[in-house]
Amino acid sequence: MNMMSESAVEKALDQKMSDASHKMIGKDVSVYYGEKRALFDVNLNVRENTVTALIGPSGCGKSTFLRCLNRMNDTIENCRVTGKITLDEDDIYDNNIDVVELRARVGMVFQKPNPFPKTIYENISYGPRIHGLSKNKADMDQIVEASLQRAGLWGEVKDRLHESGTGLSGGQQQRLCIARAIAVSPEVILMDEPCSALDPIATAKVEELIHELRANYTIVIVTHSMQQAARVSQRTAMFHLGQLVEENDTDKMFTNPDDQRTQDYIMGRFG
Amino acid sequence: MNTSLILLILAIIGVAGYVAGARYALALVGGISSKLHSRPGYYGSFVAVWAILPAVVILFVWLVASPMYISSSVRGAFPEEVKTQSQAEQGLSYGMITSIARGMNALTGDEIARIENNPVELRAALGAKGVALAGDPQPFMVKAAAKLNRMTFVSRILMTIVVLGASIGGGLFAYRQIAPRFRARNRVEKVVLGSLVVASSIAILTTVGIVASMLTEAAHFFTAIPAWEFFFGTVWDPRFAAAGSGGSEGQFGLIPLLLGTLYIGFVAMLFAVPIGLFSAIYMSEYASPKVRAVAKPLLEVLAGIPTIVYGFFALTTVGPFLRDISSQLNGLVTGDYANFIQAQSVLTAGFVMGIMLIPYVSSLSDDIITAVPRALRDGSLGLGATRSETIKKVVLPAALPGIVGALLMTASRAVGETMIVVLAAGVAARLQINPFEPMTTVTVKIVNQLTGDLEFTSPQTLVAFALGITLFAITLCLNIYALYIVRKYREQYE
Repeated sequence: MNMMSESAVEKALDQKMSDASHKMIGKDVSVYYGEKRALFDVNLNVRENTVTALIGPSGCGKSTFLRCLNRMNDTIENCRVTGKITLDEDDIYDNNIDVVELRARVGMVFQKPNPFPKTIYENISYGPRIHGLSKNKADMDQIVEASLQRAGLWGEVKDRLHESGTGLSGGQQQRLCIARAIAVSPEVILMDEPCSALDPIATAKVEELIHELRANYTIVIVTHSMQQAARVSQRTAMFHLGQLVEENDTDKMFTNPDDQRTQDYIMGRFG
Repeated sequence: MNTSLILLILAIIGVAGYVAGARYALALVGGISSKLHSRPGYYGSFVAVWAILPAVVILFVWLVASPMYISSSVRGAFPEEVKTQSQAEQGLSYGMITSIARGMNALTGDEIARIENNPVELRAALGAKGVALAGDPQPFMVKAAAKLNRMTFVSRILMTIVVLGASIGGGLFAYRQIAPRFRARNRVEKVVLGSLVVASSIAILTTVGIVASMLTEAAHFFTAIPAWEFFFGTVWDPRFAAAGSGGSEGQFGLIPLLLGTLYIGFVAMLFAVPIGLFSAIYMSEYASPKVRAVAKPLLEVLAGIPTIVYGFFALTTVGPFLRDISSQLNGLVTGDYANFIQAQSVLTAGFVMGIMLIPYVSSLSDDIITAVPRALRDGSLGLGATRSETIKKVVLPAALPGIVGALLMTASRAVGETMIVVLAAGVAARLQINPFEPMTTVTVKIVNQLTGDLEFTSPQTLVAFALGITLFAITLCLNIYALYIVRKYREQYE
């Protein structure tokens, strides 16, 4: 029985992937900035332990959708969200949900590296400290080291933990921000074009990191780079003019998409 | 021709030169302006600059130099016995001559002829025309006045000719230089650059001049009173002496004034900093745009109130209120209704000055807090920090150096404040630490020493300059330190 053919194994894995439970479910999500409607009834599910890439031309609403997932849109004036988004069956826009707790479970990495003007150590320990995740100094040291290890930054910064985080290179800063997000032990990590301000080598490192993080976290990444989406993600969602055009397995999306617009966008005909 | 008329004519020549230059340049290339090196306007400006600038320079030099030349040549013609007199008396004589000269311009030809040899009648005749003379004019004065008038007249005519000549000549010179490839723009921009440099050097030179004059006067003071007595003296008692009577020297101890200044400033900051900072945090982090749009200008109106008005407020409202409240409190506790806060006290002045400083603190801090990048806030909020945690742990620490800089600038304003202190804390220079008693500051004493009829050579008045330069040094240090901190802060984000 254990002599299952390779193709059968692949098939079983794929089967498992499609059955993977949905970590977050977006149902009829619409977003308005004042009078302007930015997102139209988007239904998109995020699978657990999967990297989901959101692609589409500028202004298509993919970042807006991403920011709905941990309610970062709340910080924008005049922004209104309708529809329903759940995280493990909890409606995150429900009044009972504390937005602070939500953001601890759904972490975020931004487009531009934004380390705090504090030391590397303080950058990592910031989150755990405000959430009271450590009992003592040794505990905190442990969290900082583990987070930096996971972000693949430990080797580069272990001797300068108490130097300013803003003194690192762009790529290191971005990995520091990822480590900072990991330190709070989130379940989902949202990444808003995390590599757009980085050079190719730093980008490669961050992509590698995303790949590794998949084992423990659910990741949603917004990217402008089709290659990046193809490289790091298992599922891809294509947005256009505030609407979800298509959501599919990444492989299928890039070889044989269902929608003509996706085809055109991926072939570089617009966007 | 008078000066303003000349300036008007220069302006007309300039405008004409501009139009002519621009048209000529355009005509040279047959109306296709792209063939010119510069836009046609630059050719016009080039002509206008040449027509106006040299002429105006000549005009001003002439206006400054010609009275000096005329005066020295008139004085040179004084009789020998006058020349032996002291400089001051010669000055008086010259003053009289200018009066006579002015008066003679108002007289008719015959009157002058009649008076020429009769100085006594002259005084009466001039008096009738509204020109009063200090004493009876001497014969040489009438002659000198006539000479003065003659020379002034000639000088005016010459000036008009030379200036207008220079204007037209300059304009023509520039006009003839115009050619399609002539780089008019570069020349004009050089002139603009030059005027910018002149403007900024005027500001700098004024500062240098003020400091230099304060330093020299302060040096005079320190020849009369030893510097250590001034800087370390603990008694302020300048003892005003009537001019020329000499005698009592007085004591000029800086310490009571300096401590008063710092004490009142400290109390003011004690009120202004928390209120100002909290309002800045509210404005920048919590207020909705609508509230902010209304509240911020309202708060800044406070900064526009003249400080003397705050002074009234202190004198008529806050001072008496504090005094009465203290007597009530005392009555409640001890049964004795004696007030322990004076109406004029450090507390009154500090409180009112603190209110005056609130808008400075809040406005400057607001700008600095708003300047903290949004990315930092998002980063913190994205980690699940609450708004207040974000402000306390990320925004404020990032803004702290800038805020400290703002506070130092505010402190230097508190140190320089005068009117509130005069009205709210009194003028008594006392060395004590009770905030409920009056004290006074350096600026108040400067005003005190310089008002009234005083000779300008006595230590009593010269001490004002020593005080001034001390105050200047303090505020300068505060401002430099503030700038240093603010600059250091900026580097973090750029």
